[in-house]
Amino acid sequence: MSDASKPAKKDADGEVRRIKAPVKLDYTVTAGLALSRFLKGVTAGKLLGQRCGVCSKVYVPPRGGCPTCGVGMGEQVEVKDTGTLTTFCIVNVPFEGQTMKLPYVYGLIALDGADNALHHLILAPPEEVRMGMRLRAEWVPPESRPASMEAIRWFVPTGEPDAPWDSYKEHL
Amino acid sequence: MAATDALTAPYVLEYTYRRSVGPVLGRFLTGLRAGRIEGSRSAAGKVQVPPSEHDPDTGAPTTEFVEVGLAGVVTTWSWATAPRPGQPLAQPFAWALIKLDGADSALLHAVDAGAPEKMKTGMRVKVRWQAERTGAITDIACFEPEAP
Repeated sequence: MSDASKPAKKDADGEVRRIKAPVKLDYTVTAGLALSRFLKGVTAGKLLGQRCGVCSKVYVPPRGGCPTCGVGMGEQVEVKDTGTLTTFCIVNVPFEGQTMKLPYVYGLIALDGADNALHHLILAPPEEVRMGMRLRAEWVPPESRPASMEAIRWFVPTGEPDAPWDSYKEHL
Repeated sequence: MAATDALTAPYVLEYTYRRSVGPVLGRFLTGLRAGRIEGSRSAAGKVQVPPSEHDPDTGAPTTEFVEVGLAGVVTTWSWATAPRPGQPLAQPFAWALIKLDGADSALLHAVDAGAPEKMKTGMRVKVRWQAERTGAITDIACFEPEAP
């Protein structure tokens, strides 16, 4: 039913023309065991992945099962908090809940030691951002780190030379 | 690792839609705001409440509106034991199809009957208006039994 707390939109003639018809889905999500280990890891400043026993690829965050081989993942591995920007977009559109000043960069980062890329904010002037750029995580201080990707505030350039194309072309 | 080690978090997905109601339902909602319930009359003389935009038999656009009664008969119902947030009443109530006096179709709304034993197909119910009406179906707070 429509929210009756505010008057419906009326035209000059006083006729009702519009109603509020919000849809609200109120969930409790469970992260699952593999992702829960990862989230507990980030509160401790560690990035944990899992290696597939069949294809040897390391997925961060871990998924419990290998998306390619369809088998349960093997050993847990810690990867570095540095990586390579594989692809990115420049955000120019405001939206509700936005924390960054426009324009800002959002990118896919292949962490060193991982075989997939994760997405996060990139704190750098948009005109200087490029594929292959080397980045490192800037962590929130330990005492205020949430069990979410917000434990990392954003990634910042390391200043190292760009990674060669062949090193990240599989991770786009 | 035990299953209880899995983390959980609240996750609310909300779409703050507004929708246009068109001239037919707009007229119905404007009527509710004025404390009136209007239906549409088809070529065959049948009265639909809420009004339908087109004649259910011929498909012709609706042109004739009629005011119907503020009370009617429950044609079928279902008891809601645990009302959810945003539903018409906070206490258990009945969802019911109500054929208002003068109408040929039934309107879905809530009946504040207190207990399922008080509900009966064929019982008479009347409108309980919201104190402040805005031009929405919620202007009808609910229906209540005509005879307590």
